[in-house]
Amino acid sequence: MIISQKKAFDEVLEFMKDKSKVVLTGCSECATVCKVGGEEELAEMKELLELEGKEVLGTIVLSPACNLLNTRKDLKQLKEELKVADAILSLSCGDGTQTIAKVAKPEVYPATDTMFIGEIERIGQFEEACKACGECELGWTAAICPITKCAKGLMNGPCGGAKDKKCEVSDDNDCAWLLIYDKLKDLGKLGNMMEMREPKNFEKGNAPRRINLRNQEKETAKA
Amino acid sequence: MSLLKEVLERGEFGVTAEMAPPKGTDLSHLLECARLIKGRVHGVNVTDFQSAVLRATSLVTCKLLQDEGLEPILQLTGRDRNRIAIQGELLAAGVFGMENALALTGDHTVVGDHPQAKPVFDLDSVGILQAATTLMSGKDMTGHELQGTPNFFLGACVTPRFDPMEAQILKMEKKIKAGAKFFQTQAIYDLETMREFKEKTKHLDAKILAGIIPLKSAGMAKFMNNNVPGVFVPEDQIERIKNAPKEERVQEGIKMAGELIRQLKEEGLCDGVHIMAIGAEENVPLILDAAGL
Repeated sequence: MIISQKKAFDEVLEFMKDKSKVVLTGCSECATVCKVGGEEELAEMKELLELEGKEVLGTIVLSPACNLLNTRKDLKQLKEELKVADAILSLSCGDGTQTIAKVAKPEVYPATDTMFIGEIERIGQFEEACKACGECELGWTAAICPITKCAKGLMNGPCGGAKDKKCEVSDDNDCAWLLIYDKLKDLGKLGNMMEMREPKNFEKGNAPRRINLRNQEKETAKA
Repeated sequence: MSLLKEVLERGEFGVTAEMAPPKGTDLSHLLECARLIKGRVHGVNVTDFQSAVLRATSLVTCKLLQDEGLEPILQLTGRDRNRIAIQGELLAAGVFGMENALALTGDHTVVGDHPQAKPVFDLDSVGILQAATTLMSGKDMTGHELQGTPNFFLGACVTPRFDPMEAQILKMEKKIKAGAKFFQTQAIYDLETMREFKEKTKHLDAKILAGIIPLKSAGMAKFMNNNVPGVFVPEDQIERIKNAPKEERVQEGIKMAGELIRQLKEEGLCDGVHIMAIGAEENVPLILDAAGL
């Protein structure tokens, strides 16, 4: 799940400084679960903007905002409103916001900060879990990600910075490498940790990345 | 050949000291301190933006120490440089004929004085050692031939008190496989820690220099016990420094450091010591005097 947070309303208002007619967009997926861009948050944002004298021409929950073809189709429901709107305020993640900007005419502004790929621990509680490094390491680390859960993304075991098994960066963080150590030990697989690893290939994480399954299929067929 | 390597391989008691470049361009105090220990230590570590705090670089400071006739130990962390810059720094050290390098992961940027900085950590301590070893073979990390090859006596750090200790030793083994020939430890204050550490690492082929940080006050000791990972100052030592008259506490700390070094040496618990005076480098000669070195 892509975890987002609401921007401070003052920041949003600054984007809307010279705008009077606004369309609000949300997203049915991650942004709804994170409570930043569902029906409820759209209604709340509408009210806040109206109190500031803005005219909210329409609101829509895209499902999901990051699907280009779908967003193009869904936004047709607000065709007339978008013709006269000064701006779109997007309550989805940064991905969705960019997709909307590709297909809609008015300027698009974000009402959220996209934080991380993470786990829903319980309602309203999220934890970062994956850095999308492009080469998953979980196969030898007892399914605990050293790239994400270790503040330094270390590949060869704990640094000397852990105290009482907590990370030097924050007492809230368990030392990821000690979690990995304990779990590998339980599994009888400490050998995984002793193995020398070549420095990680970060080339696989160079942005912007693209995947085209059709091209991949063609490549496979050729081979 | 590296003086430190020569001394340690001969089985003599190695002595290194640590110096941190200042924030700014005036290195006169550091060089004054360096002159005082010239001929008395086998190497001087220069820290690499220690504690993630901006200062002059390790390499430039190492060069000045080298010009003064001391043997520098270039410290390199993975925090601020990617593998291109790290290899470049090592090659640059090689250009100057420097023969010692010590690899560390490095404190995280958030604990330093520029917490907004983007932390790099492209290579960790093991990765830096691998990179240095590769350069020493005449190639860079991607296999390109070097025109002129550096030669280093490689070192790393270890924390003799860590929970669980096995995880720390496992990493120490990897550092040795990656090329580390000597280790400097986190500061120790009791012999028992070193006895246990020696027992647990007796299967490893590397020289161990015990870390020494002289105490200046009971407050400092308590602070380290509470905040510095791997450091343990026993209660009797805190009492001893507390009971010394206020104006004599620094001297008392120096005396205690000297005693500890003598005991470590007598009992053969390490191959040498690494003295970190942390902002009081002018005291290093006094510690050496107290230790009879």
